[in-house]
Amino acid sequence: MNAGIKTLRIDGRDVGARGDQTILQVARENGIFIPSLCYLEGLSPVGACRLCLVEVKGAARLLPSCVTRVEEGMEVTTRSERLDRYRRMILELLFSERNHICSVCVSNGHCELQGLAEKLQLTHVHFPYRYPRLPVDASHPRFVADHNRCILCTRCVRVCDEIEGAHTWDVMGRGIEARIITDLNQPWGESESCTSCGKCVHVCPTGALSEKGRSVAEMAKRRQFLPYLTMMRTQR
Amino acid sequence: MSERRIVIDPVTRIEGHARVTVYLDDSGQVRDARLHVTQFRAFEKLCEGRPFTEMPSLMARICGICPVSHLIASAKACDQILGTRIPPAAVQLRRVLNLAQLLQSHALNFFHLSGPDLLLGMDAEPARRNLFGMIESHPEMARDGIRLRQFGQQIIERLAGKRIHPAWVVPGGVSEPLAPEARDAILAGIPEARAIVQRALNWFKSAIERFREEAAAFANFPTLFLGLVGEDGELEHYDGHVRVVDAAGRIVADNLAPERYRDYIGEAVEPDSYLKSPYYKPEGYPDGIYRVGPLARLNIADRCGTRGSDQEWAEFRQLERGAVLSSFYYHYARLVEMLYALERIEQLLEDRQILSRHVRAHAAANHPEGIGVAEAPRGLLIHHYRVDEAGVVQWANLIIATGHNNLAMNRGILQAARRFVHADRLSEGALNRVEAVIRAFDPCLSCSTHAVGRMPLVIELRGPTGQLLDEVKRGA
Repeated sequence: MNAGIKTLRIDGRDVGARGDQTILQVARENGIFIPSLCYLEGLSPVGACRLCLVEVKGAARLLPSCVTRVEEGMEVTTRSERLDRYRRMILELLFSERNHICSVCVSNGHCELQGLAEKLQLTHVHFPYRYPRLPVDASHPRFVADHNRCILCTRCVRVCDEIEGAHTWDVMGRGIEARIITDLNQPWGESESCTSCGKCVHVCPTGALSEKGRSVAEMAKRRQFLPYLTMMRTQR
Repeated sequence: MSERRIVIDPVTRIEGHARVTVYLDDSGQVRDARLHVTQFRAFEKLCEGRPFTEMPSLMARICGICPVSHLIASAKACDQILGTRIPPAAVQLRRVLNLAQLLQSHALNFFHLSGPDLLLGMDAEPARRNLFGMIESHPEMARDGIRLRQFGQQIIERLAGKRIHPAWVVPGGVSEPLAPEARDAILAGIPEARAIVQRALNWFKSAIERFREEAAAFANFPTLFLGLVGEDGELEHYDGHVRVVDAAGRIVADNLAPERYRDYIGEAVEPDSYLKSPYYKPEGYPDGIYRVGPLARLNIADRCGTRGSDQEWAEFRQLERGAVLSSFYYHYARLVEMLYALERIEQLLEDRQILSRHVRAHAAANHPEGIGVAEAPRGLLIHHYRVDEAGVVQWANLIIATGHNNLAMNRGILQAARRFVHADRLSEGALNRVEAVIRAFDPCLSCSTHAVGRMPLVIELRGPTGQLLDEVKRGA
C-alpha cells in the first residue's frame, strides 16, 4: 500500500504517521493512552468494544480509533469528559451483562476488563445486573471456557482463525444472546478442529478462557508472542 | 391468661445476625427460650457449576473472620478430588496459617467481644460495656488484645500475602513457598504474643471466683463433646481423627474417619431458624446434643502437645472431675488454645522443612468426591463436594462449627434465662447474661448459615399467647 507520510494532531501534539496506520496505532506509538479491549496488536481490528472511541474535529460522531485511518491535518482528542463518561458506561454495561465476580476469578489482578475499570475510575455499575445463567465448559483436558466472564471481544475467534488457522471458535446468536462457541456449538473437549495450542486462552482479556487447574488469581496471560507469530507467518 | 415472650433483637457482639425469644408462662416464669438465626445465604447452591479449583477462594467468602478455616477445609476437600498427597511443607504451612487464624479469632472473641463483659461486669452500663469502655478502664488489657489479634493477622499476611481472603491456599498445597525473612519476622514476634496470652490467662484464673454464678448457669449441662484429635490423642486442628467423649470425660467413640461424618452426624432442621441442628446419630435427635470448639477440643484431647499449653491444659481439666461442662469456660479454653497455637507455630517454623520450595502438587480432577475436615476456631468444619468428570462442582454440603453448637446454644440460653430472667420486664444485666451465653460459644452465624449480612441481635419477651411484652434491639 502506498502509505505516504501524514501529519496530524493528537491531544494537541503534532505527530507523524504512515498513511496505512490507524489513530490507535499512532497514539500508542507516541505513548498516548486510548483504552481498548477487542483490539490486540497482531490481530485484525474489528471495532467491536467501542472503548477506543475518540473525537475527531469536523466529524459529527465519535470514531473508533482502532479502525479509523489517519488523515492529513486530522485533529484528534482522546480524552474528554464526554469520552470518559461513555467509556465508563461501556464498562458498566459489560459488567452488568454477565457474572464478573472479580474476587473469585482465575484472572483476578491480571484482567484487562478489571484493569480498565480501575484506570477509568469506575466506582459503581449504574445498570441492573442481568445475572444470566451461563455454563462453564470444562470438557477440554487442558482449558476451561467460562461464559460468565466473556465480553465477546472475539480475540479468541480471530487468533484461532488468523494465526493458528484452525477456526475452532466462532460466535453464535445475536445481540444479548450472542455466545462464543467451539466448532458447531459442541463441547470444547469434543472439538475436532481445536489443536489445543492455547493461543485463545492467552489472548483472552478476562478469565473467560483459562488453563485448567489454575486457582483464583493465578491465570496471568502471556500475549507478547503474538506480533512475532504474525510477523513470522506473513513476512518470511 | 396468655403466653408472654421477651425478644432480644439483635444479639450484639457476636458475628452474624440473631434474635432470641424468651417465652414466659402465666406466673412470669421462663417456659422456653429459642435462638433464631435470621440470615440465609445458600453458598452450597451458588458454587454449583463452578470449577472445583475455585472452591477454596469462593468458599472463603463465607466469612471475613475465619476465611482461613474455610480455605483449609475446602482445599483439603479439593486435595481429595485431585487424589494427590500434598508436599509435607505445604501441610506444615497450612497448619501455621490455621493456627494463626485461630489465634486472631480467639483474641477477637476474648478481648474485643467478651472482654467488656468479663472486665467491666455483666451489669455494667451498656453504653460503656464495649471495647471503648474497656480501653478506658483497662487500657493495658485492651492494648494486649489489639496487639495479639494484629500478630495473628500479620502471620496470615506474611504467609499468604493478605489478611483477609488470601488466595494462597490452593488444591494440591499452597501457591508460594515461605520466605526465610517472613519466617524470621514471625518467630521474632512470638515472645511478646506469648507474654500477652500468659497475662490474660493469669488474669482469668484470678477472676474465676467472680464469675461463679455465670459458670454455673451458662450452658452448664452434660452433653457429648466432639472434635479432631491427633494420632496420639493430642490437640489437633488440621488432620487427625474424630473423637467423641461424654460428660464424664469417657471416650464414647474414637478413631472415626472424618470423611465418614455422615455415618455419625445427622442434621435436623428447625422451623424457626436458618441454622441447622446437627446431632450425634447413635444417640438420636435431640439426645445426640454435642458441643464443639475450644472447650470440646480440650475435653476430648489427652494433652495439648506443647510444653506450656500442656501445663495449662492439666490445670484447666482440674476444674471438674470429668469433662469441663460449663460453656462459660469456653473463654478459658480459648486462652489455653492461644498459648498452644503460639508454641506450635514456633515449633513448626523452627523446622527447616518449612522453607522447602516444593509446596504444591499438580493433578487433574481424578475423583468425583472430596471431603475436607479441619478444626476452625469455633470447632469442626466440614466441606464436602461432588464434581463431574471435568471437575465442575455438582453438589456441596458444608457443616460449620457454629452449627454443631446450635442445640447446646439453645439449651444454654434457656438455662441462663431461667436463672436470670424473672419478671415480665427485662433487666439489662439479665438480658446481657442471655447474650453472654451466646458470646461464650463465639458463634459465627454468617458462617453457619453461609449467609450474607451484619449481625445484630434482638431479644423478645413474649407472654403465654405470644403477645410481645418487651423487646430490646441493638444495632450491629
